Amino acid sequence: MSSLEVFLTTVGMALITLACRAFFVLPKQDLPMPAWLREGLRYAPIAALAAVVVPELVMTQGHLIDTWRDARIFGALAGLAFHAWRRSLLLTIVSGTATMLALRFTLGW
Amino acid sequence: MVRRPAFREGAIEAVPMAIGLAAWGLVAGVAMARSDMGVPLAILMSVIVYAGSAQIASLPLIAANAPIWVVWATTLCVSLRFLAFSFSYRPYFAHLPQRRRLALSFLMGDTNFVLFVRRFPEFRPGERHEDYFLGSGLVIFGAWQVSIISGIVAGHGIPASWGIGFAGTMALLALTCAQLRSRVSSLAAVVAGCAAVAAYALPLKLNIIVAIAAAVAVAVLAERAGAKA
Repeated sequence: MSSLEVFLTTVGMALITLACRAFFVLPKQDLPMPAWLREGLRYAPIAALAAVVVPELVMTQGHLIDTWRDARIFGALAGLAFHAWRRSLLLTIVSGTATMLALRFTLGW
Repeated sequence: MVRRPAFREGAIEAVPMAIGLAAWGLVAGVAMARSDMGVPLAILMSVIVYAGSAQIASLPLIAANAPIWVVWATTLCVSLRFLAFSFSYRPYFAHLPQRRRLALSFLMGDTNFVLFVRRFPEFRPGERHEDYFLGSGLVIFGAWQVSIISGIVAGHGIPASWGIGFAGTMALLALTCAQLRSRVSSLAAVVAGCAAVAAYALPLKLNIIVAIAAAVAVAVLAERAGAKA
């Protein structure tokens, strides 16, 4: 892409993300919405995050990993354990990444 | 000047989260530096798009010279969770002037949402919800921009073999865990994770939409079943 195209792409992305963020906050009237969807939308943020995270952990180049000797899985487990213990964002990141790097550099996983 | 205790409270509670988020910001910045889109455009994108996952998803598409609409469609798929944030914030912000609502919308993100729903599980008239949101939102915005711009500027000095991208995945994992507050939400997360893997081959990150739809459907059914039991 040329710089101009990247610029246009960026401006469009900014408008799209802002439109999503403002979608329900801006209108004067409540948008009509069936009750089941109203209930269900509460679960959309967590579903979206899980949908981004899980493939990053268990897939390589579009395929499910076929070995348990993958440093990412143990990194994720360490991160989950620390999160359950301390509820800290920073500790989760540091412990998970450190575990992953330790396995990668010592065992080559 | 009017005192704003809720603003201070939001800002202070955001600091520990902001430190964790800065690690991810650095990672995202390094990824942007490697994409060869150039420092000025990378900084512009960080400031005006302000959505880490959408920015990261756009990089390989821009590098591969994909049509612009493909990048936009992918951005939309990755940003759909903002709709859910927006829906949740409506009762808290509905009384504010429109311009202010738009400005607050710009600051919506995962971290801010986690903090806000923890502090205000439900709307209570008379509380300065928007002050708390603004306090935490500005701290997170500042931490994110400083870290991602540092990553963009220093990016080429950090070797890829450090696997630093994994820190970003861990940040998202922690934000996911922070929203696990009931058995139904855990179920939704598991369903979404499985569906996203199963539908991974779809273009435009449509697997995320499939995953949200599946998880929302299962969660609604589970709630109804639970209510009857």
